[in-house]
Amino acid sequence: MQKFDVINGVAAPLNIVNIDTDMIIPKQFLKTIKRTGLGKSLFFEMRYTQDGKEIGDFVLNQQAYRKAQILVAGDNFGCGSSREHAPWALLDFGIRCVISTSFADIFYNNCFKNGILPIKVSPEDLKKLLDDAERGSNATMTIDLPNQEIRGPDGGKITFDIDPFRKHCLLNGLDDIGLTLEKAAAIDTFEKKNAESHSWL
Amino acid sequence: MAKPRTLYDKIWDDHLVDEAADGTCLLYIDRHLVHEVTSPQAFEGLRMTGRKVRHPEKTLAVVDHNVPTTDRSKGIAEEESRIQVETLAQNAKDFGIDYFHERDKRQGIVHVVGPEQGFTLPGTTIVCGDSHTSTHGAFGALAHGIGTSEVEHVLATQTLIQKKAKNMKVQVDGKLPKHSTAKDIILAIIGDIGTAGGTGSVIEFAGEAIRDLSMEGRMTVCNMTIEGGARAGMIAPDEKAFAYLKDRPRSPKGAAWDAARRYWDTLHSDDGAHFDRIVTLDGANLPPIVSWGTSPEDVMAITSLVPDPDKIADEGKRQSKWRALDYMGLKPGQKMTDVELDVVWIGSCTNGRIEDLRNVAQMVQGKKIAGNLAYAMIVPGSGLVKEQAEAEGLDKIFQAAGFEWREPGCSMCLGMNPDQLKPGQRCASTSNRNFEGRQGYKGRTHLVSPQMAAAAALAGRFVDIRNFAG
Repeated sequence: MQKFDVINGVAAPLNIVNIDTDMIIPKQFLKTIKRTGLGKSLFFEMRYTQDGKEIGDFVLNQQAYRKAQILVAGDNFGCGSSREHAPWALLDFGIRCVISTSFADIFYNNCFKNGILPIKVSPEDLKKLLDDAERGSNATMTIDLPNQEIRGPDGGKITFDIDPFRKHCLLNGLDDIGLTLEKAAAIDTFEKKNAESHSWL
Repeated sequence: MAKPRTLYDKIWDDHLVDEAADGTCLLYIDRHLVHEVTSPQAFEGLRMTGRKVRHPEKTLAVVDHNVPTTDRSKGIAEEESRIQVETLAQNAKDFGIDYFHERDKRQGIVHVVGPEQGFTLPGTTIVCGDSHTSTHGAFGALAHGIGTSEVEHVLATQTLIQKKAKNMKVQVDGKLPKHSTAKDIILAIIGDIGTAGGTGSVIEFAGEAIRDLSMEGRMTVCNMTIEGGARAGMIAPDEKAFAYLKDRPRSPKGAAWDAARRYWDTLHSDDGAHFDRIVTLDGANLPPIVSWGTSPEDVMAITSLVPDPDKIADEGKRQSKWRALDYMGLKPGQKMTDVELDVVWIGSCTNGRIEDLRNVAQMVQGKKIAGNLAYAMIVPGSGLVKEQAEAEGLDKIFQAAGFEWREPGCSMCLGMNPDQLKPGQRCASTSNRNFEGRQGYKGRTHLVSPQMAAAAALAGRFVDIRNFAG
């Protein structure tokens, strides 16, 4: 997994609440057996007409945002299905950080497994960040994970909370499975005990 | 005296392998369901790192999302779907996992298959790379959806890295009126708490209206917990749950059953257990519900009028609801009973079980679907549901009324197979999500109960089933 430290990039505003995983990556793209290549289909129905032409109004089709690395979005981002194709598509497009007031639980989890940082901010801070993001490529933001700070184009600073374990894994690009296998002895012990107490399983 | 615990607390405690100082926990997983869409990259990950599946016997694989619902005896025509199905078959073989292929009569939607096989048991932890895994909570299991990276983690370690969620209770008191159903309960709750209302929580459903539900009804309620933002929903298991599981292929037998029963009897929230939040719903006055927008929280009583987004103060929310009305081709103040339909679709892990089909059959027996519909389709949740329905002659009733009777799978709930709405088509659907494009590009989905869908098929538009003669 790619490490996440400090990124500086263009932030795209997407002020819609309840952006669901079907909007992020529709079902026809879930037939892949790979993790890569989904970026061109990100937000497919909002981004393209039925005959495959770009919809000029859509934020990621505008010149200023075509290389956005940060997405600033409305409440409850990523609700819906468990498809990890949603963070895969964001990552493949180049988005490393999503900012919202709230995220759906499964999507939130999935981000951390893929080197994407989801940041929760207050409704007031979100409004400020949406305003900043509206300014296109003239305004870049800095996401500083070690210091847990978002720095805006005018020097404004917003701090954010993050679970220490998740932060540690992101900063170091750690593989969860490797970490868990270090606790193999505890799993063995649990299984032995469980075989007696829950023998029917 | 020990501190009173909730049902969730008890199952959590019994599966805790390790807890770090910061509260990060390793939770043991008893049962893992796998389907073709969210697993290929997980198996690929195992191969790349040379890891094995720790407990193939605790894992069950079945194809459901991609399979066509027409005759499958000659294979799957669509190449990408076929590759995904073949990939699951190969992975199951290589890693020694039990697998129900598309011509096996036990095949079906993973959340219908688990309980049917007795793979789902009370007090267990159950995961699957599918958000509707919450369904299994109907049996008093802690069951939730996970992403593909977590699928790989469970395959390799039989555990999951977790932090404990909050306890939330949804209390539904009173006896349901005659035409209101489990689906109406859960739609009303989502409308009340919103699609983020349960985020960060595990919901326990309780109260007379929940106790009175059949196991099928309880599965419908728990299934859509995720649409209320909570990853897991659960109901304390009782005699109904035990009777459902008795003698299923993978249920414990003999002395093992008796031992399990003794444990299962302890699976309920203790008196005085702490819930971080309690929400109540008056079951006795619950009307039939229909969704009007593109989020499962956009619901209304069948007799209400389409709401006016301009009454919402928050600009982002107001614009989102206008966007939903525009997508759905509806106007504020419109009566839902005036809305004409193009398609009726009955099935899914929410409402594709035998009881759902019996309820539909009862409504459409001896009648015909309306002429304005392009089609009406019924997709059983599994091969065993299909077999049972046919043994009861339900298929004959459906076909005589003009419904298509299909092979089991997820089908038009998410349209990964050829069953999809065309742009602009309006569908009364017994599924769980009315998102933009969910059932087909620019398709318009209204979520309803099977009974409401059946009546809508006969009338060609939505009707209030409380005063509908057909």
